[in-house]
Amino acid sequence: MTTTIATDEFRLLSTSGLLGYGFPEVSLATGLAAKPHMIGVDGGSTDPGPYYLGSGKTVNSRRAMKRDLRLMLRSALEQKIPLLVGSCGGSGSDPHLAIVAEIVREIAREDSLHFRLALIHSEQDKASVKRRLAAGTVKPLRNAPPLDESTIDRAAHITAMMGSEPWTRALDEGAQVILAGRSSDPAPWAACAIRAGQAPAPSWYAGKFLECGATAATPKGHDCLLTTVSGDHIVVEATNPIRICTPLSTANHSLHENASPTIFVEPGGILDGTNCRFDAISDRAVKISGMEWRPMPYTVKLEAAEFVGYRAITICGTRDPMLIGQIDGFLDSVRKNVEDKSAALDVSPDQYRLIFRVYGRNGVMGPREPVREVRSHELGILAEVIAETQEIASAVLALARVNLLHVDFPGRMCREGNMAFPFSPSDVIPEPSYRFTMSHVVAPNDPYEMFPIEYVSV
Amino acid sequence: MALIRDIAQVCKSKNAGPFELTIDVVFEDRAMFERVRATGVLGPQLFARLYGVDVNDVLFTEFPAGHAFKATIPRAVGSGDVGDTDVYGAQQHAPLLDVDIPLAEAVAK
Repeated sequence: MTTTIATDEFRLLSTSGLLGYGFPEVSLATGLAAKPHMIGVDGGSTDPGPYYLGSGKTVNSRRAMKRDLRLMLRSALEQKIPLLVGSCGGSGSDPHLAIVAEIVREIAREDSLHFRLALIHSEQDKASVKRRLAAGTVKPLRNAPPLDESTIDRAAHITAMMGSEPWTRALDEGAQVILAGRSSDPAPWAACAIRAGQAPAPSWYAGKFLECGATAATPKGHDCLLTTVSGDHIVVEATNPIRICTPLSTANHSLHENASPTIFVEPGGILDGTNCRFDAISDRAVKISGMEWRPMPYTVKLEAAEFVGYRAITICGTRDPMLIGQIDGFLDSVRKNVEDKSAALDVSPDQYRLIFRVYGRNGVMGPREPVREVRSHELGILAEVIAETQEIASAVLALARVNLLHVDFPGRMCREGNMAFPFSPSDVIPEPSYRFTMSHVVAPNDPYEMFPIEYVSV
Repeated sequence: MALIRDIAQVCKSKNAGPFELTIDVVFEDRAMFERVRATGVLGPQLFARLYGVDVNDVLFTEFPAGHAFKATIPRAVGSGDVGDTDVYGAQQHAPLLDVDIPLAEAVAK
């Protein structure tokens, strides 16, 4: 480690980009040797899609989260530094927070650990969101879907994304371990550094790196990152000696999953990296300066997901050149046959959605695929039916499967079956379908009112 | 003339939240970034054409510190919504790879 320990700097340690991704134990030990003032990990993302927020299930396994939490919890208590975990369980709704809190209590029982635990909730009740909508304090972000009272009624879960203030309050009130619902990803780190007297701009910018673990290093991997905030700059360094941070690797980190590489909207302000400088201070650590923080009216983001329907799918492929040459017409015939046969089962077309994804044609890019002609000698077809009941979804999918196999087409030479099905049974029932329904901001009365804090003596 | 796949170091796509897709093209050094920038090809019009979106819906940023260009566009459907093909948005970069950049000869090497 090249980081020197001084009294006017604040050191923050992140174990990985997501709770449950894992990290080498030696990387944690190396990070702890630098005497960090806190240890944290981000627990969530919308990236794996709407199912997790909608269903209350976690993205990473309980076993993987428990492994990471045990190592972090023991380290934090031994070093007498706070442990902060944001966006618990992947989406940070109440069921997600409860799952992670239950794991932490279990580890404490097993290892005889005792500490003051804070749980910061981010789930929003529908009545309060309706009041805020009616009061005109809810605004759409770019490309957000329309929002009205019915959207709120249909939501399975609604979360708000907290800023740094609820974290700061929990620390002020003596919490040693903080598990939070949905949080702005950098907020737990920013809260600790700002609370220690560091300026907001480098504190938030540090959080932008720490929330992703060692992602900003090269080679990229699930590993620990140490970041030091000092005056007008930060220093980032991976604790694992195989990973190095370079000016280019750190500059390009700001491209990752952000709409802009320079302008980041956070609760209460805009973090502006337009004038950032990235300077190597060793062969593996980078000093970043020039970031600015512009206070703005306080807003927090809302996220929500709603149930769409039950699903059934089947996967098959064709190697028939005559069929491949007329795949669109063929699928239209299948769709028409499914409609007719469904009608005979008293299922109307508005009761289901039948979707074909044709791999080898445009299965990856859909309507945005610029290659129009089919160039492949075989095509994979994923047929999906979504319906309001599982019984209808499965019944219509069975019709789609049979018709994919047997529908006639001009020039057909292999009348035994049009498709190769790799599985028996060929029909699969996946988890239900959800969709994200909110990408809005709300102006709360203060940074705390939407995020009640619960304290527990463990 | 040079294809992006031959002159860029990174060309990638990813979600930027559930309703937007962000696409990055990164060059190895500042000199190549400047040569590409000078052609004016990498801009909002290019992304609008390649992805079939309105040019006003393209948020385009030049990022000299990272030798990078970034464009953020609306997703065709929300991540994981009915009919989505790419929940993470991680495989939407390919149309850029074959874009031809009419590089001028590097006179001052």
